[in-house]
Amino acid sequence: MVKSKDVCLSGAGLTKVYGFGRTRTLAVDHVDFSFYEGEVVSIVGESGSGKTTLAKMLLGLTNVTEGEIYFQGEKRDISTQRKRREYWKNTQAIFQDPFSSYNIFNKIDTVLLDCINMRGGRGFSRERKFEMMTEACSFVNLKFEELTNKYPFELSGGQMQRLMIARVFLLKPKILLADEPTSMIDACSRATILDMLMQLRSEIGMTIIFITHDIGLAYYVSDSVYIMEHGKFVESGSADQVILHPKAAYTQRLINDVPKIYEEWDLSTV
Amino acid sequence: MKHTFRQVFRSGKFVVGFSIFVAILLIVFIYPLIVPDPPLAIIAQGTFFEPGIYVNAYDSIGASKYTLNLEGAAAKRIASKLKAEDRLAMKDWLVAYGIAEADIDIENTEQLLDLWAKNYDSKAKVAGMTNAKRNYYVRLNTSLQGLLATEAAVIAAKNVETGALEEKGKIAQSEYVNVGQVANVRFLPLGTDNFGRDVLTELVAAARVSLQIGFVAGIIATLIGLTLGLLAGYIGGRVDDIIMFFTNLFTVIPSFVMLILISFSIGQEHRGAFTVAMVIGFTSWVWTTRAVRAQVISLRNRDHVNLSKLSGHSIVYIILNDILPYIASYVVMALILQISSGILAEAGLSILGLGPRTTDVPTLGLMMNWAMIYQAHILGKWWAYFPVLITIALITFSMNLMNTGLDQVFNPALRD
Amino acid sequence: MDMGKTILEVNELTTRYITRFGESVYAVDHVSLKVEEGKSLGIAGESGCGKSTLALSLMGYYFPPLHYMSGAILIDGRNISGMNPDDVRKLILGKEIAYIPQAAMNALNPTQKVIRFIEDVIQVHDYGATKRDIYERARALFEKLGLPASVLEKYPVELSGGMKQRTVIAISVLLSPKVLIADEPSSALDVTSQKMVIKMFRQLMNDGLIGSLIFITHELPLLYNVTDDIMVMYAGQIVERANAKAAVFDPLHPYSKGLMGSIIVPEEGLRNVKLAAIPGVPPNLKNPPSGCRFAERCKYVTPECRVTTVNLREIEDGRTYRCIFSENELREAYQNG
Ligand SMILES: Nc1ncnc2c1ncn2[C@@H]1O[C@H](COP(=O)(O)OP(=O)(O)OP(=O)(O)O)[C@@H](O)[C@H]1O
Ligand SMILES: Nc1ncnc2c1ncn2[C@@H]1O[C@H](COP(=O)(O)OP(=O)(O)OP(=O)(O)O)[C@@H](O)[C@H]1O
Ligand SMILES: [Mg+2]
Ligand SMILES: [Mg+2]
Repeated sequence: MVKSKDVCLSGAGLTKVYGFGRTRTLAVDHVDFSFYEGEVVSIVGESGSGKTTLAKMLLGLTNVTEGEIYFQGEKRDISTQRKRREYWKNTQAIFQDPFSSYNIFNKIDTVLLDCINMRGGRGFSRERKFEMMTEACSFVNLKFEELTNKYPFELSGGQMQRLMIARVFLLKPKILLADEPTSMIDACSRATILDMLMQLRSEIGMTIIFITHDIGLAYYVSDSVYIMEHGKFVESGSADQVILHPKAAYTQRLINDVPKIYEEWDLSTV
Repeated sequence: MKHTFRQVFRSGKFVVGFSIFVAILLIVFIYPLIVPDPPLAIIAQGTFFEPGIYVNAYDSIGASKYTLNLEGAAAKRIASKLKAEDRLAMKDWLVAYGIAEADIDIENTEQLLDLWAKNYDSKAKVAGMTNAKRNYYVRLNTSLQGLLATEAAVIAAKNVETGALEEKGKIAQSEYVNVGQVANVRFLPLGTDNFGRDVLTELVAAARVSLQIGFVAGIIATLIGLTLGLLAGYIGGRVDDIIMFFTNLFTVIPSFVMLILISFSIGQEHRGAFTVAMVIGFTSWVWTTRAVRAQVISLRNRDHVNLSKLSGHSIVYIILNDILPYIASYVVMALILQISSGILAEAGLSILGLGPRTTDVPTLGLMMNWAMIYQAHILGKWWAYFPVLITIALITFSMNLMNTGLDQVFNPALRD
Repeated sequence: MDMGKTILEVNELTTRYITRFGESVYAVDHVSLKVEEGKSLGIAGESGCGKSTLALSLMGYYFPPLHYMSGAILIDGRNISGMNPDDVRKLILGKEIAYIPQAAMNALNPTQKVIRFIEDVIQVHDYGATKRDIYERARALFEKLGLPASVLEKYPVELSGGMKQRTVIAISVLLSPKVLIADEPSSALDVTSQKMVIKMFRQLMNDGLIGSLIFITHELPLLYNVTDDIMVMYAGQIVERANAKAAVFDPLHPYSKGLMGSIIVPEEGLRNVKLAAIPGVPPNLKNPPSGCRFAERCKYVTPECRVTTVNLREIEDGRTYRCIFSENELREAYQNG
C-alpha cells in the first residue's frame, strides 16, 4: 500500500480527564501518535479504554485537557467558528451509535443534503443533488429511492449506519474518523462497503482512522494498528506485526479472545 | 407526530384534565354571549343576596292569575314564614306555661300552631318573663294570626284627586302567576356579592381575566426561561456563568417576595391586569431556566448534535433544529405549569391587596379579596367565595392533570 | 434433536409496517420457527432484512407503525398473537418473553441510577414490592451472574460498555422469562466483553433463569459459538435454518453461502485476499418479487427462479432452506465455483 511519509495528524501527550473528585476518570492518558497521509490506522481496545474520547478530541468536539494536536504539521487551531468549519471540511467522522447520530425530527435527506451543501453544492439543481445522493447510497448498498422522505426511526440499525458511511462519499474528507462504522452491518455488505471505502481512499488520498473491536477487520483493512488499554497505547506498529506477532500481553489476550470457528473458543479465560 | 398525539389523548389523566380545561374555556367564552351584562355592574341594593330566582314583585301583581288548589299550600306558606328562632321561642313559652317538653315538636308546624292556638294567652302569667319578652310574644301571636287568615290580600292605589286609597284588586291565597309570564325575572345562581354584583357573571369574567393573566405570565416566564436556559446550557462557559449568576440571585430571593415588592412599588393606580401578568412573568422564569439548562446539557453532547456541528451548522441553527425539538414536549409541560402557577400567583397577590386595581376587571384573586374584606366567610355567605375557590382549584387541577398525563407519555419509566 | 419441550412456536407470522404514506412494508413474511427448552437460536442476515422487526413481532406487542397481519405465536402452547396490547404488556413482556433492543445499553436513562430502573421494571408487574425487597432481589441476581452489587448504585455513564450491556441483560431476566430475545447485544463490545456476555448467556441457560435464547447478530463466529441452531433471513423471509455447524460450514442457500464466505478471521494472508461480496441490493420490501427474492443477486439464477414461488424445503433433522435447487444440485454448483 502506498504510504507517503507526510504526517497528517499527530498528537503529543494528549490527555482527557472527565469529571473531578470522586468521579474523576482519566479517559485518555498522555498518548502520542502520528497518522500519515493516506494511511489506514486502526485503534483497537476494550470498551471504556478511551477510543471514542480520543476520536472526539481529534474532531474538536470535546476539549483537550492536556497536550497538543497537530494537523498537517501545524498546531491545530479551532478557536473560532470559522476555523472550526474549515477544519471539519477536512476532518469528518462516523459515530459509534447510529441510533443516536440522527436528529429524529429531520428526514434523512437533510443529512445528505447538508453534506452536499458543505461541499459547495448549495446551488446544484434538484436532479443533480438527487443523483449525487443516489450514487453515495449505492456505494453502501442502499437504494436512495427507497430511503428518501423517511425518518431515521423508519430504518434498521444497519441502514442508519450505512447512511452515515454514505456521507463520507459526499464529503470526501482528508481525514475520516470512523468509530465502529460497521458494527451493525452484515458480513457481506461489510465487505462491499470496505472495498468502496478503500477505493475512495486511494482516489483522494484520505487518511482513515478506524476504531473497532473487530480484530479481523482491523487486520484486513489497516496499514498500522494501535492497541489501546485504559487510555494508553500499549502497542503499535504495522498490522502484520501487531496482530500476527503481538508482543504486549494485553494484545495477546485480545487476540486470544476473538471468537473462533476453526478451533475451540475458550470461554474460561474471562 | 400523529402517533404522539394519539398517545397523548389515550392517556386518561391528560384527557380528564384537558376536558375540564376545555369546558372551563368554553364556559368563559360562551357565557358572556348569553348574559351580556357588564360583570362589574352593581345590580343589587344591599349586600350578599342569596342565590335564587328573583321574580319582580311589581310585575307579578300585573301578571295573569291562575288558581291552583294545592294541598298544604297554607302550611307551606306558614312554614316558610315561621323562622327557627320563632319556633324555639314558641316552645320556650309553651314549656314555661306547663306543656310537657316531649309533646312539642318544633319541626311539625301544624302541631306547633295547634298547641299555640289552644294554649296561648297573652294575659297568662308565665314565670321569669320580662316585659320586652311578653311584648315579643304578643307581636308574634298577631303575626301568626295574620298568617292564618284566609282572606285575600288587597291591592290598593292612591286616587290622584282625593289622595285616598282605593281598592284595585285582590289576590287570593290560591292564586298563582306563571314565572314565564312575569316580565322581569333574574336568575342569580350564585347570588350577589358585597357590592351587589351578580357573582356568576363576575366569576366567569374573573376566570377569563385570570386565565389571560396566567397565559401572559406563563408565556413570558417560559420565553425568558427557555432563551436563557438554551443559551446557558448550549454555549456554556462564560455565558453560562453569567446567566447562572442571575438565576441564582433570583433563586435566593423567593420570587413571591420579589413579586410583592415590585407590585407594591408600582402602586395601585398603575397596576392593570396586564402589568400584574408581566410582573408575575418576569419573576417566575427562574426554574424554567434551570430545568431547560439541565435538559440542554444532557443533549449537547449527543451525537446528532455533533453531527450537525460537523456539517458546518451555526450555533443558532443547532439550537433551533437539534436541541429545541427534543425539549419541546418538556417546554410545553413547563408552560402549562407556569400558567397554572401564574394564576395562583395572581390570586395570592390579590388576596394580599396587591392585585390589579379594582376598578376595571375582576380576577379570581380580587373576588377572594373582596369576599375576605367584607367578611363573607364569617357571615356565612358561601356563594361569594366558595365558587371562586372551586374555580381556581379546577383550573389548576386540570392543568396539573394534563401535565402529569403528558409526563407519562413523554417520560415513560419503562422505555422499551 | 426434537426431544425437548417446545417453548416458542411461531406459525406463518406476518407483520408489516404501515408507513406515513399508507404503504405496507412486509418486514416479516410468513415466518415459522420453533425453539425448544434449553436451546438457543441465532438469527443472522442482511442488514434491513427484518431481524429486529421479527424480534419485536415475537413479543405480540404491536404499536404503530408495526401491525400484526396473520399467523400465531405460541409460548408454552398459549397463543399470544391475538391478545390486546395492555394484557400483553402486563402478562407477557418480561415474564414470558423478554427483549433486549438493539443499542439498548445506550437507552438506559443517564440521570437514573441502575437500581431506579430496576424498581420501575419490577413495580410494573409487582405493584406492592418495597424498595428493600427489590434491592435484595436485584443484588442476589447480580451476584449470581457475577456482577458486583455496587453496579446497582451507579449511573449508566459510570459503567463501561461491557458492564452496561451485562447490566441490561441482567435487568431483562429479572422476571425469569421463558424466552429471551437479544438483538445485537454484542455489536458494540470488544472481544473480551463479548466473551463475558456470552458466558453470561450460557450461565443464564444453565441456571434455568431463561428457558431459551434467541440471539440476533452479525458476528457469525460469535453466533457459531453461542447458539445451537442458526437461522438466516433474507428480505423478510427465512432462507435457511440448520444447526450451527452445518449453517456455517455447509450452507445450502446461495445467500447463506455468500454470507459465510465473508467471515473475517484474523490470520496470516487475509490482507491479500479480496473478501467475497454479493453485488446488488436486496429487494424493496414494499412490493417484493413474487419469485425468489434473492434471484437478482444470485450467481446460479435461472429464469424459473424469478417466477415460481419458492417454498422452504425440509431435509433431514429439521434443516430447511428456500431454493428451487435440490441439496445435491447446490453442493455441486458450489464445488464448481
Ligand atoms: N461524558 C462523559 N463523562 C464522564 N465520563 C465519561 C464520559 N464519556 C466517557 N467517559 C468515560 O471515559 C472512559 C472512556 O470512554 P470511551 O467512550 O472513550 O471508551 P471507548 O473506548 O470508546 O469504549 P467503547 O468501546 O465502549 O465505545 C470510560 O471510562 C467512560 O466511562
Ligand atoms: N418504522 C418503520 N416504517 C417503515 N419501514 C420500516 C420501519 N422500521 C423498519 N422499517 C424497514 O423494515 C425493514 C426491516 O427492518 P429491521 O429493523 O427489522 O432490520 P434488521 O434486520 O434488524 O436490520 P439491522 O441488522 O440493520 O438492524 C427495513 O428495510 C426497514 O427499512
Ligand atoms: Mg466508543
Ligand atoms: Mg436490527
